[in-house]
Amino acid sequence: MTHMEATHAIPHPGVHEAHHEGSGFWRGYVFSTDHKVIGLQYGFTALCFLLFGFFLMLMMRWQIGHPGQPVPIMGPVLEKVLGQVASRGIMSPDLYNSFGAMHGTIMVFMAIVPLAFAAFGNYLVPLMIGAPDMAFPRVNMASYQAYVLGGLIMFTSFFIPGGAAQAGWTSYSPLATSIPTNGQTFWIVGMVLLITSSLLGAVNVIATIIQLRAPGMTWMRLPFFVWAQFVTAFLLLLAFPPLEAAALMQLMDKVAHTSFFLPTGLAIGGTLANVSGGGSPLLWQHLFWFLAHPEVYVLILPAMGIVAEIIANNTRKSIWGYKSLVYSILTLGFLSFIVWAHHMYLTGMGTRISTFFQTTTMIISIPSVVILTCLFMSLWGGSIRFNTPMLFVMAFLPMFGIGGLTGLPLGFSYSDLHLHDTYYVIAHFHYIVAPGTIFALFAGIYYWFPKITGRTMDEFWGRVHFWLSLVFMNLIFQPMFAQGMAGMLRRMSDGGANYSAATLGPDVSGGLSSRILHLNIFILWAAVGLGIAQVPFILNFFWSIKHGKPAGSDNPWQATTLEWQTPTPPPHGNFATPPQVYRGPYEYSVPGHDRDFTPQNEPEKA
Amino acid sequence: MDIPYTVELRPDTGLYNAKVGIWLFLASEVMLFGALFSAYILLRVGAPEGYWPHGWLNVPLGTANTLVLITSSITTVLAWVSLKANQFGRFKLFHAITLLCALVFVGIKSFEYHDKFVHYEFTLKNGKFADGHMVENKLKQDGNSFTGYAVIRGHVVEDERELYDLNAHKAPAHEDIRIDGAQIAKMGNYGPWHNTYTAIYFTLTGLHALHVIGGAIVIGFLWGPGSKLWETDPERFTNRIEISGLFWHFVDLIWIFLFPVLYLL
Repeated sequence: MTHMEATHAIPHPGVHEAHHEGSGFWRGYVFSTDHKVIGLQYGFTALCFLLFGFFLMLMMRWQIGHPGQPVPIMGPVLEKVLGQVASRGIMSPDLYNSFGAMHGTIMVFMAIVPLAFAAFGNYLVPLMIGAPDMAFPRVNMASYQAYVLGGLIMFTSFFIPGGAAQAGWTSYSPLATSIPTNGQTFWIVGMVLLITSSLLGAVNVIATIIQLRAPGMTWMRLPFFVWAQFVTAFLLLLAFPPLEAAALMQLMDKVAHTSFFLPTGLAIGGTLANVSGGGSPLLWQHLFWFLAHPEVYVLILPAMGIVAEIIANNTRKSIWGYKSLVYSILTLGFLSFIVWAHHMYLTGMGTRISTFFQTTTMIISIPSVVILTCLFMSLWGGSIRFNTPMLFVMAFLPMFGIGGLTGLPLGFSYSDLHLHDTYYVIAHFHYIVAPGTIFALFAGIYYWFPKITGRTMDEFWGRVHFWLSLVFMNLIFQPMFAQGMAGMLRRMSDGGANYSAATLGPDVSGGLSSRILHLNIFILWAAVGLGIAQVPFILNFFWSIKHGKPAGSDNPWQATTLEWQTPTPPPHGNFATPPQVYRGPYEYSVPGHDRDFTPQNEPEKA
Repeated sequence: MDIPYTVELRPDTGLYNAKVGIWLFLASEVMLFGALFSAYILLRVGAPEGYWPHGWLNVPLGTANTLVLITSSITTVLAWVSLKANQFGRFKLFHAITLLCALVFVGIKSFEYHDKFVHYEFTLKNGKFADGHMVENKLKQDGNSFTGYAVIRGHVVEDERELYDLNAHKAPAHEDIRIDGAQIAKMGNYGPWHNTYTAIYFTLTGLHALHVIGGAIVIGFLWGPGSKLWETDPERFTNRIEISGLFWHFVDLIWIFLFPVLYLL
C-alpha cells in the first residue's frame, strides 16, 4: 500500500487545530459543534468509563474468588474513599451489590452505547454519506453534555451516604424502591439524562442520514455501517422513552411515595410498608425490558456495521449479500421490539405469553444468522490481509457465534427455567458484548485511527493486544457456562459458597462442587490477565497519536467509502469539494478496473 | 460551512432538516406517553373490584381546559399562516393568544391540583370513612396517634367504595364535620401517594403540564426576542414557528387523550 497515490496533500499529523471553527481551546474542544470533535469526546469519555467499569468488575471478581478477604492493592483505597462499606479493605455485600449494579449500568449506558453508537456514529456517519456535518450540530453538542452530566451524577453516587444504586442494572422494583439509601434516586436522575442524550443523538443521526446524503448516495449505496447506525438510532429513539417513563414512575415511588410498582401488602424487613399499594412489580419489568431488549441490539448492530466495513476492505472484495444484510438488519430492528418478555419467563406472567415471546425469540435468530452467514461468506475466496483490525474482526465472528448460539437455550422457556439467573446467562451475554462488540470496537479504533490522527497504531503491539485479549476473554467466560449449568447463581457476593454449603453441604452431589467454586479463582486471574492485556493497547493508543508511523496517505487501507476520500484529519466541513457518488460502497477488485478498489466518488470512465 | 437543507427543501424527501427532526422527536414522545398510558391500563385492570375511582375530577374545568388548548392550537396555525401571508402583526396577535391560553391552562390545572391537596380522607377508628375538603386543621401527629381536631366540609360513609365511584353514589350534601384526633386511625390527602389513580393522574398531567410550559417558553421566545429573525431570514423564522407549532399540536393531542381517560372514563 506504499505506492498508494495521494489525492490530497498530506497534512502534518496532529496539526488539526487550524481545521476547526473558531479557535481556542473551549470552542475547539469542549463546546465544539463539529461532529468529529464530538465523536472523539464521546469516544474518549466512553473509553474511560469502559476502563472504570472493568475495574469495578475486577474488584468484584476478587470478592467472588476470595469472599471476605481484603482486596489487595485497592482495598485500602476503597476504605479510604468509601469508608464503612469497605472497612479493613473488605468488600461488604452492600458494596458488592453497588459495584454489580454500576458495572452493568456503566458498561451498557455509559461505555458501549456511547462508544459504538455516539462516538463511531458521530465521527463516521456524516463522512460516509458525504455530509459536511450532522443535521443539528448544536443538538449534537447538547447530547454530549447531557451524557457527561448523567455520567457525573452516576459517578458521584458512589460517594453519597449509602453509596450507589444496589438493585442491579435492571433496578427491579420493589427492591430498588425499598433500599433505604439515595443511590437509586441518583441512578434514576442519571438515567433520565443519559436517555435524553441518546434521544437527541438518535434524532440527529436519523435526520442526518435521511437529509444529508450526498448527491448520488442512494439508500442502496449506503455503507452497511450507516445502515447499522440508522437502525440503531431507531431502536434508541423508540425503545428508550418507555424506560424514561418507567424511571419517572420509579422516581415518583421513591420521592413522592406513590405505589406504581409496589403491590398491596408489601412487607419490607418484616413490617408492612407504609404505602398505598395497588401497584404492579411486573409493570416495571415490562417497561424495563421493552427498552433493554432492543438495547441488546443497540450494543451489537453498530459492531456488525464496523465488522462489515473492515471485512470488505481486508478481503478486497464486495460484501457477500449486501441487500440481505440490509433487509436482515431492518427485520432485526423491528423484531427486537417484540421479544422483550423472554427475560421474564420466571415471573409468572403466564404460559401463553411465554409461548408468544418464545416464538418471536426463535424468529429473531433468523435475521441474526443471515447477517453472520453473510459476513462469513464474505471471507470466501478473498485474499485476506491479516492486520490488527482484521484479526479482531475475524475473532468477532466465532465469538459472536458462541454468544448467539448459547442464547437459544435461554430463549426456550423450559430450558430457561434451569439456566435463568445463573452464570450461564452472564457468560452468554458477555460473549456477545465483550469478545463480540468490544472486539469490533477495538477493530474500529485500529482501523480508523489513521484517518483521525494521520498515523497508524503499532502493528506488533496491536497483535499482542489481540492475542492476549482473545485468550483471556475465553478463559474468563468459558468456565462460567460450566458454573451456570451446575446451578451457580449470579449476583451473590460470596460467589455461591454460602449457598452451596447451606443447602447441601460441601461436595454433596447436586450442590456446587468445589471444582465449580474453584473456577472462581481461575476466572479472577484470567480477568487480571485481561486487564494486563489492555496495557499494550492503552500505551499504543496514546503513543501512536504523536509518534506512530505516518499513514502516508489519506487512504492507507485503500478503501472505497467516502470517509477515506477526505483530507486527513478531515477539516471542519469535511470535504474539500462536495462529493458526488457514482457507485456502491464495496467496489473492490472489480474486473476491468486498473486498481483493486474504486472509491464511491470516482466517476465512471467515459 | 453551511449545512444543506436547513431552510430549503431537499428535493427527494420534500422536507427541511428540522421537520424530520421534530417528527422523530414526536415519535419518541408518543412512546413516552404511550408507556404511561399502558401503565394506566395495567394499574386500572389490576385494581380490586370497586376501587378504581370514577368522577373524582371536575369535568366542567377539564372541558374548559380542553377548549382552551383547542383554541391555542387554532391560533398556532393562524400565527403560522399569517407569517406565510407576510403579516407579521397578525402573527404577533395570534401567538399572544396562544401564550395566554397556555397561561390559562396552567392556571386551571394548578387550581385542580390545589383542590386535590386540600382534599382529605380519614379512616376512623369506628370503621367509617370521613372525606372532604379541609376547613380547619388543628391536628398534631405523633407516630400513629393524633391529637387536636380538624374540620372538614364533606361527609362520612360506611363503605370506602362509596368514595371511589362518585358517579354512581351521588355524595350527600356536604356539611362541616368536626373530627377529633382520637377518632382518627389514618389520614391522608389526595396527593399522588393516595392511590394508584392519583399517582398516574399527577404523573401524566404533571408531565403534560411540563410539556405545556416548555412549549410556551419556546413559543414565547420566538414571539419575543426570537422574532428578530423575521427581519433577516423570514423563511427560516416561519419554519421555526411551524416546528414549534407541531410540538404544540402534539401537546394538545396528548391532552385530548388525557381528558377522557382521566376525567370521563
